[in-house]
Amino acid sequence: MLGSLFLSLTQWSIVDKPEWVGVRNYQNMLFHDPRFWVSLFNTAYYVFLSVPLSALLALFLAILLNRKLRAVTLYRGIFYLPVVTSGVATAILWAWIFNPRFGVLNYVLSIFGIEGPGWLTSEVWSKPAFIIMNLWNIGSPMLIYLAALQSIPQHLYEAAELDGANHWQQFRYVTFPMLSPTTLFVLVIGIIGSFQIFTPAYVITAGSSTQAVGGPNDSTLFYVLYLYQNAFQFFKMGYASAQAWVLFVVIVSLTALQFRLSKQLIYYEGLRR
Amino acid sequence: MRDCGGSTTGVNFADVMKKGKPSNPKTALTHGILFTGGLLFLFPFLWMLSTSLKRPGDVMLYPPKLLPPTIEWNNFIEVWRIMPFALFLKNTVIVTAFSVFGELATASMVAFAFARLRFRGKKILFSILMATMMLPIHVTMIPRFIIFNSLGMVDTLYPLIIPSFLGGTAFYIFLLRQFFASIPAELDEAARIDGCSTFGIFFRIILPLSKPALATVAVFAFVGVWNDFINPLIYLNSIDNQTLAIGLQSFQGQYRTDLHWLMAGSAISLIPIIIVFVFVQRYFVQAVALTGMKD
Repeated sequence: MLGSLFLSLTQWSIVDKPEWVGVRNYQNMLFHDPRFWVSLFNTAYYVFLSVPLSALLALFLAILLNRKLRAVTLYRGIFYLPVVTSGVATAILWAWIFNPRFGVLNYVLSIFGIEGPGWLTSEVWSKPAFIIMNLWNIGSPMLIYLAALQSIPQHLYEAAELDGANHWQQFRYVTFPMLSPTTLFVLVIGIIGSFQIFTPAYVITAGSSTQAVGGPNDSTLFYVLYLYQNAFQFFKMGYASAQAWVLFVVIVSLTALQFRLSKQLIYYEGLRR
Repeated sequence: MRDCGGSTTGVNFADVMKKGKPSNPKTALTHGILFTGGLLFLFPFLWMLSTSLKRPGDVMLYPPKLLPPTIEWNNFIEVWRIMPFALFLKNTVIVTAFSVFGELATASMVAFAFARLRFRGKKILFSILMATMMLPIHVTMIPRFIIFNSLGMVDTLYPLIIPSFLGGTAFYIFLLRQFFASIPAELDEAARIDGCSTFGIFFRIILPLSKPALATVAVFAFVGVWNDFINPLIYLNSIDNQTLAIGLQSFQGQYRTDLHWLMAGSAISLIPIIIVFVFVQRYFVQAVALTGMKD
C-alpha cells in the first residue's frame, strides 16, 4: 500500500527508474485529464443506478423466497447461479444478447413493437446495458437479505397483526425497519463492488485486438478500466497508482458518508448494539 | 410465515405449511413470479447453449430461433482444435488447484492465530486485516506487479499462485476465524492436558472440526480463481501460459463473428463451475449468510 502511495508521486514507465514528481500526477489527473473525469462520471452513473436497483430486486426475490414453498432451494440456486459464472464467458454471452441487429434482446423488444436501441454500440444505451447485466448478478445481496429476513422474530408480526396491520403495513413498519442494517450493508458492499467494475467492461469493449477501448465515445470507460489502460497499456505506473489512491479515497468516503447518513435512518434492535 | 406478502389467516397458513400447494391465489402468484423470474435468469445460459449448437449459417438468423434448426455437436469438438483449449484448461487447473490449496493452508493458520493464540498487537493486526477487505485490489495491483516484474516472474503462472500462499485473502481468514472461534476452547484445554502441542491442537482438533468452513473457503476460492480475469490479464502474455479466461478473451478478439465457437468455448469454461455449484450450493448460502451477519 505504501509502495503504491510512493509510486503515485512518481513518473515511471517500468523500464527506467521512477522519477519523483511530487503531486504532479494528482494535479494532472484532476485538472488536465478529461478522460479521468469521464471515467469517474461513467462509474458514478453506473453505481448510483445499478446498486439501488439491484438491492431492490434482491429484496423482492428474497421476500418471495422466504415463503415456505416447493422448490424454493432450486429457485435460490437459479438466482444465484449467475454470480458463480460471472467472468469472461458470461460477458461474451451478454455482448451477443445485446447485439443490436441479431441479438435476442432486441428481437424480444420488437415483438412488443419496440425498436431496440444499439445497446453496447450506442453512447446513450451502453451504460444501461451494463446495469441490466448487473441485475442478473444479484445472488449475493439476495442471500444476505434472505438470511436477515429469517432472523426477524416471528412475534413482531404476530403483534402487528393483533394491532390490525395489513401486509403492506407489516412490511413498512416491521420488515423494512428490521432490515435496515442489512440494507446498509448491501448498499455499502454494492457500491464498493460496482465501483470496481472491470471484467465485463474490458471484455466487451476490447476491439479486434486485445486492447481495451472504453466503448463508443468512451461511454463505458469505467474507472478501473482507465486505470488499467494507464498502468498496463500506456505504462504510466505512477499515474495509475495515483488513480488507485483516488479510488481508495472515494470508496472510503462514500462508505463513511453512508454510515453517517444511516445513523439517523437505521433502526437497530436494542439487543444488537 | 415471516414475510409480509404471506397470507395471515389460519386456514391459508395451513395451506402454505402443506409445502405450498398453489391452492390459494397468493401462493400461486408467488410461484408464478418465481417461475417467470427463474426462466429469465436461466435464459442467457439456454441462449448460450443454443447458439453453441447451431451451424454457422443459423446463428445470425432473424428472427432468432431458440432451438437450433440442426444440432451441430461438432462445435464442441472443433473448439479444441481452433484454439489451444486443452492448454488453457491445463493452466487454469494448475493455478486453481495450487491457489485453493494455498488459501486453505495459510488462511487457516492465520485464522487459527487470530482465534486462539495470544500475542501482542493482535487486535490492531486484526483491524488492519479487516480494513484490507475494503481495499480495492487495484491499489495493491501495481506494486505487486512491480515486485513480480523485478523477480522476473511476469508471464509465468507464479504470480497467480504465490499470493495465495502468503496468508491468503482477508475474507477467507475472517470466515475461518469466525468458525474457529465458535469451537469450544475446552477442547483445546483437554488436548493440552493430554500433551498436545499448539500445532497438534491446530491439526488434530481445530481442522477436523472445521471441515464445513474449510469446504466453504475452498469453494469460494475455486470460483474466484477460476473466474479471475484481471490478474492473468496483467501477468500472462504468451499464449502457452494463458488461462481459460484470458484465452477466451483473445479468442473473441480473433473470432468475433464465429459465435457458435465462442459460445461453445464459453460453455465449456463454465461447466466445471456449474457442476461444483450444483453439488455444494449450500456452502455458498452459508458463507454469504455468515458475512451478511457480520454487521
